Amino acid sequence: MALDRKVGFWEGVRYKGGGPMLAWALHRISGLGMIIFISLHVVASFFTQQMGSDWAIGINIIYESPYFQLFIVFAVLFHALNGMRIIILDLWPKMLRYQREMTWLQWLIFIPIYSLTIFIMIQRVMAGG
Amino acid sequence: MQTKKIPHPGWNLEYMMWMFTRLSGLAFFFLAIIGMAAALVMGARNQMDLGTLMRWTFFPNPNHVLDSNIPNVDIWANGFWQIMQMLVIFFGGTHGLNGLRVVIEDYTSRPAWQSITRLLFFVLWIFMILAAVYVILAS
Repeated sequence: MALDRKVGFWEGVRYKGGGPMLAWALHRISGLGMIIFISLHVVASFFTQQMGSDWAIGINIIYESPYFQLFIVFAVLFHALNGMRIIILDLWPKMLRYQREMTWLQWLIFIPIYSLTIFIMIQRVMAGG
Repeated sequence: MQTKKIPHPGWNLEYMMWMFTRLSGLAFFFLAIIGMAAALVMGARNQMDLGTLMRWTFFPNPNHVLDSNIPNVDIWANGFWQIMQMLVIFFGGTHGLNGLRVVIEDYTSRPAWQSITRLLFFVLWIFMILAAVYVILAS
């Protein structure tokens, strides 16, 4: 929207917004992570398929590493759940009464699914998969 | 605190992209459920690992499941899944690049920068969609 305001980046970070601000910041960070991942993936697929180039295969190795996968699972899962909460609140504004409960519900769904995914991934790494 | 005059809401770019972001967000859930259901039909319970199941869920391309134990992936390389892939990349690319544009415009306030970033994102968007459609049709 490009509003003319005088708030710097670090001033914004120091703002104590609590839980909703954390969700907002994580939504942006996970979104940025995913768009970088998907853009790299599309470019790498294109160059691997058309030319079989080595640097494109090198990009594949980066995001096939377990650390990157842990991040991308976090990003996809959090962005999906938080996005669903935002969609519900935006399209049915009456639900705004329950926005605090919805944030809790969101974390309540997120934590078990993400923990299970981490458990399975670590198990696979330990097994040498 | 200076008050800002808010323009009357209409079908401008911001409103259209705001609505598109919400609707494409809903579409991802349906696309992911269809992809995951198909992966389970393919035999995800015993012939695929979790990563491969996720690959088919988010981008149903036979090239994505090559390192699984599915005996014949070729029967899944048909027009229906190509259209599904194009929907995924269209919704994904547009939602994602628009999101990146919104984030960048939050931290740039000069109108001159706005037109430059918008042009850059339009070019990036076209390039990304074309590259992805090329990969889909050539695989």
